Amino acid sequence: MSQLDLARLQFAMTSIYHFLFVPVTIGVSGLTAVLQTAWYRTKREEYLRLTRFFGTLMVISIAVGVVTGLVQEFQFGMDWSHYSRTVGNVFGGPLALEGLAAFFLESTFLGLWLFGWDKLSPRLHLATVYAVVIGGALSAAFIMSANSWMQHPVGYQTNAAGQPQLNDFWALFTNPVFLRGYLHVLLAGVVTGSVVMLAVSAWQLRKGQEPEVFRISASLALLVLVPSLLLAMLVGSELGVTEGKYQPMKIAGAEAQWTTCQPCSFSMFQIGGGNKDQTPTKIIAIPHLLSLLATNHWNGKVLGLNPVNAQYNQQFGPGYYVPNIFIQYWSMRVMAYLATVVLAIGVWGIWLLYRRKLGHAKLFQRVAVWAAVLPFLMNTAGWLLTENGRQPWIVQGLMLTSNGLSPSVSTAQVATSIIVFLLLYAGLAIVAAVVMAKYARKQLAPARAHSDHPIPAVSY
Amino acid sequence: MGFATFWFIAIAVLWTGFFVLEGFDLGVGMLHAFVSRDEAGRRASINTIGPLWDGNEVWLIVAAAGMFAAFPAWYATMFSGLYPAMVLLLAGLIMRGVSFEFRGKMDSVRWRAAWDVLLTVGSLLVPLLIGIALADLLGGLPIAANQEYTGSFGDLFSGYSVFTGVTIVLLCLLHGSTFLALKTTDELRANARRIARVVGPVTTLAVIAWVAWTHSVGSEGVFLNIPELVTALGVVGAAGMLAAGRDGWAFASTTLAMGSAVVSVFVELYPRLMVSSTNPAFDITVHNGASGTYSLQVMTIIAAVFLPIVILYQAWTYHVFRARVSADQYRSGPDTGPVEPPEPLPAS
Repeated sequence: MSQLDLARLQFAMTSIYHFLFVPVTIGVSGLTAVLQTAWYRTKREEYLRLTRFFGTLMVISIAVGVVTGLVQEFQFGMDWSHYSRTVGNVFGGPLALEGLAAFFLESTFLGLWLFGWDKLSPRLHLATVYAVVIGGALSAAFIMSANSWMQHPVGYQTNAAGQPQLNDFWALFTNPVFLRGYLHVLLAGVVTGSVVMLAVSAWQLRKGQEPEVFRISASLALLVLVPSLLLAMLVGSELGVTEGKYQPMKIAGAEAQWTTCQPCSFSMFQIGGGNKDQTPTKIIAIPHLLSLLATNHWNGKVLGLNPVNAQYNQQFGPGYYVPNIFIQYWSMRVMAYLATVVLAIGVWGIWLLYRRKLGHAKLFQRVAVWAAVLPFLMNTAGWLLTENGRQPWIVQGLMLTSNGLSPSVSTAQVATSIIVFLLLYAGLAIVAAVVMAKYARKQLAPARAHSDHPIPAVSY
Repeated sequence: MGFATFWFIAIAVLWTGFFVLEGFDLGVGMLHAFVSRDEAGRRASINTIGPLWDGNEVWLIVAAAGMFAAFPAWYATMFSGLYPAMVLLLAGLIMRGVSFEFRGKMDSVRWRAAWDVLLTVGSLLVPLLIGIALADLLGGLPIAANQEYTGSFGDLFSGYSVFTGVTIVLLCLLHGSTFLALKTTDELRANARRIARVVGPVTTLAVIAWVAWTHSVGSEGVFLNIPELVTALGVVGAAGMLAAGRDGWAFASTTLAMGSAVVSVFVELYPRLMVSSTNPAFDITVHNGASGTYSLQVMTIIAAVFLPIVILYQAWTYHVFRARVSADQYRSGPDTGPVEPPEPLPAS
């Protein structure tokens, strides 16, 4: 493999890993804040116990998220120095803002939340968990504004040396790709957090441990899950239309649509149709659906991969501008189909909740436990869809990925570092999974008869 | 003063903030297994930094992001040129960061012992490697006219850079042991003071030698500049205050020594960002390495708004957790005692 392949592999590997933990952090921290608010308002012991129980999962997830996020930040300079050198004056701004405005907030107040139970007033302590939630959400906002600039560069002008120079910082945050993309990521986090909370609660309910307490968290998770998933689907489809406008390759690739069509049908499943053969055997095609998804119109026109490639050849010079179609086609379907499965589970749960049968529905509880893997697959597929779909551009229309590499770094160095991170991440995954599973199965801390006892820190 | 110079100062402040704050928690990380033999003592010493280390580490993240945004050439050349060192640094940061989180999560002696080792090694690697990296900026690396690094792995380890790394590690040990003496009680405190008194003179000698070396690498003149003088005085003062048993003043002195040591490097560096050992004309400077004016203006506003707020709430955090931590808190009784919830009953 070349340095380009290895550097891309390293970036894909470390971002996917990082993004296993980020959505859990976003979702579980929000839900923990809701539980703690309920405790603050009602003073009911169940809410406090649930707050501390799910707070531990939040803390583990933040810890791994933070250290793997560091790898992401350093990697731009390490593997993609020419990219960093060229676009740092645009791309670095949101990153610095993330640190200053979001990351300090999240990390400092996490320490206060963890260790401040008996040192802060209940109201102030409640405020610290909200600071953590806000910090996490802001952090995602800045990263998404930087990423959206790579998808659809705005707010810059090109200088004499041909380098993009920022001239409108605000434009990064009114970028249409950012507005939809960020909302989609945020909702994906809430979906992930609520599925995790549902799965853990279902496990506890199956074991018959404290059913009256875990019914509360299962209900909360279900009530959050269904509307946030529906919204995520809606925003996601809007994001698809927006991306279709600025990155026609991405959307045509998601359907493996080689020729321009109008109206366009959507294939539920197909064989072939990749970069080599271009002639798919569509198994089930739904008329007009692709037009609707990609353009919001019943008879909308979707440009095919070959015509767009021809157009790019004229615009940017000879080259092959089509991304890997196999990844593009399937990542879109994995995301969308699994979302439908999760929605079905959520609706089933709501129905049980309505019938007051959640505590006894053994089959549902078993399914809900296994559903925990689904949001992680969906999140990964979503990122593959959006990042693979941008290739071969590192910044759409401005800079090719192959031009972003570090000239001073050797292929062997990248290969060695991939092995180092692979070993570290594998070790970390095993430890995090074992510890999280242990805590998820753990019995709740006993209720405290007297509230005048100090409440110890959650961990360390 | 132009925006580029302002940002050079801002980045120097961020790195200084990182070493002053994370410096003592790195020191505690290296020492936690040596100040106490029993679990309660180790846990108490880790908990002196428990609520603080995560916020401290963000100074590093922001320093790196600030370099990326304000001086893309600096960030790009340094991070790609120091590639293998950066991989090791990240490995150290990862090991250390997760060991805080995981060591207390299983009730097993071997589990905790393993995380103790990772915490110690990680806390050693981080200041050693960042020290080497900072010294390389000043000491010079083979950098070509196109600002790209042309050296190999071995070029990163000059006598000066390695000695800087070791000196920074020693400073962290002194800073950390002084912090522990200030934040713990009884036997733990006595042990921390004993360690600080041993580390003190060694560090003093190393720092004085390092200050002279830094001056000879960076400046033309004979006389030390002010930050270099302050570094030497700070570390001598710290050793003296430790001998006199004045923990608070000793910690103030180590803070001063650590802070001014980092400032010394940046003062010698200015207006350069990275010195080229190939040709002085290829140096990366605040002029040829900076972002566009508009970016720097925006960044300046952002820093001017957020940095004071961050300093305020971090200072408040230190105020909230000002109490000393005692090993007894982790030793006895259900009400003062085990922080962990009880083990689960066997599943039926």
